Amino acid sequence: MITVVMPAHLRTLAGVSGDVTIEVDGEVTLRSILDALETQYPMLRGTIREHVSGERRPFLRFFACGEDITHESPDAPLPQEIASGAEPFYVVGAIAGG
Amino acid sequence: MSNVQVLVGTRKGAFILTSDGKREKWDVSGPHFAGWEIYHVKGSPADSNRLYASQTSGWFGQIIQRSDDGGKTWFQPGTPAGEPTTTPEGMPVGESNKFVYDDSAETGKPLTTHQFYDGTAKPWVFKRVWHLEPALDDADTVYAGVEDAALFRSTNGGQTWAELPGLRGHGTGAQWQPGAGGMCLHSIILDHQNRERIFVAISAAGAFRSDDSGATWKPINRGLHSQYIPDPTAEVGHCVHHIAQHPANSNVLFMQKHWDVMRSDDAGDSWTEVSGNLPTDFGFVIDVHAHEPETIYVVPIKSDGEHYPPDGKLRVYRSRTGGNEWEALTKGLPQENCYVNVLRDAMAVDSLDSCGVYFGTTGGQVYASADAGDTWAPIVRDLPAVLSVEVQTWP
Repeated sequence: MITVVMPAHLRTLAGVSGDVTIEVDGEVTLRSILDALETQYPMLRGTIREHVSGERRPFLRFFACGEDITHESPDAPLPQEIASGAEPFYVVGAIAGG
Repeated sequence: MSNVQVLVGTRKGAFILTSDGKREKWDVSGPHFAGWEIYHVKGSPADSNRLYASQTSGWFGQIIQRSDDGGKTWFQPGTPAGEPTTTPEGMPVGESNKFVYDDSAETGKPLTTHQFYDGTAKPWVFKRVWHLEPALDDADTVYAGVEDAALFRSTNGGQTWAELPGLRGHGTGAQWQPGAGGMCLHSIILDHQNRERIFVAISAAGAFRSDDSGATWKPINRGLHSQYIPDPTAEVGHCVHHIAQHPANSNVLFMQKHWDVMRSDDAGDSWTEVSGNLPTDFGFVIDVHAHEPETIYVVPIKSDGEHYPPDGKLRVYRSRTGGNEWEALTKGLPQENCYVNVLRDAMAVDSLDSCGVYFGTTGGQVYASADAGDTWAPIVRDLPAVLSVEVQTWP
């Protein structure tokens, strides 16, 4: 099970109050995590990645094991700590607006 | 006992204000969708318990929300609360937040470019829903005016959306350009008398009309004069801020343009200026009395560079002659040091015998008049900046 930490607004949309856990079939990558997250919580489709292009929304970033993986390949394998659930995968909203 | 419900969209959530027919004491519920920009909330004429809301965010994009109990509870219609979020095969259910321009060979139009502020060509990119207009006689049918400008329709209660591509693709799209707020389709009027007729307005392109339920469109901007564009009388390119129609006289339309207040007596085929004695004819809102087709309301704003009332005095202007002759309505409104704006979708009327008029400001006040504008009082004073105001009436 993979633990995903999301911004408060996305938790509200998903109807959850804390971190969520998801299962990923196959290799654990940025793309496979987001695919599984959107499958389990379809109300989040379009909120993290744009519907048509699939591009990350510009004010969101992704972190794994303390590393900013936002600009890494979405198909690169993530650390075992993420895949095992020992470390959470973070979706982080940029602080913007002053 | 009659009731009124005012639906308020703000920069940080939605609020629902309710009162009886006296409209003196109000209950306030909200914020709904706290922290999100709520561009518009509107109720269905066919089912007063059915509401639609446009929830949007620079971080997370567009969300469509729906209520089936008059605003008490909400859900994303593609993913109903309490139901499985995926099909038995594991696929996500309806995608109520998905707005995709139709560029299919069968029904769509190839995506062209539109003009940017500097005259360069930009591709259409969906940004948000500005206005939701439920159909007159079917609660599950609702239209969405979006940025970049296009018209979408859902026929399943907001679960999925399809573009009406005849508007964006009718031929002038490449000349459209954004106004200061973006290239948005902000006004949708479904004609009560001619059910196949739809009016829309786009900033900064102008007004458009369909006479076949949205399949084909034509610009209706003859008579508009905009000195800020290269050809002041061009077929498109005008920054129309809002249009309004009286349901009992649907060929008569009123328009608040960037500058100029206009009227049309032929369903938009031609327009004449009716700014008359207004202190300034810049503004955003315009609306029509529920029972008097020639009584109209505007809120003059000083200029496009100074988005606040002239002289720091918040005044609604009313014309009982369909324009040209205007009177200032000031009782109960601040007459000194007031520098708020009233945005294009932030005025509405109720349909009680003594017509109620409502508007919201960027300072967070929502003002109400239960006597057609003669006197005003704030329902609330300290909401986030108000983006939209709509009214539901139970006689």
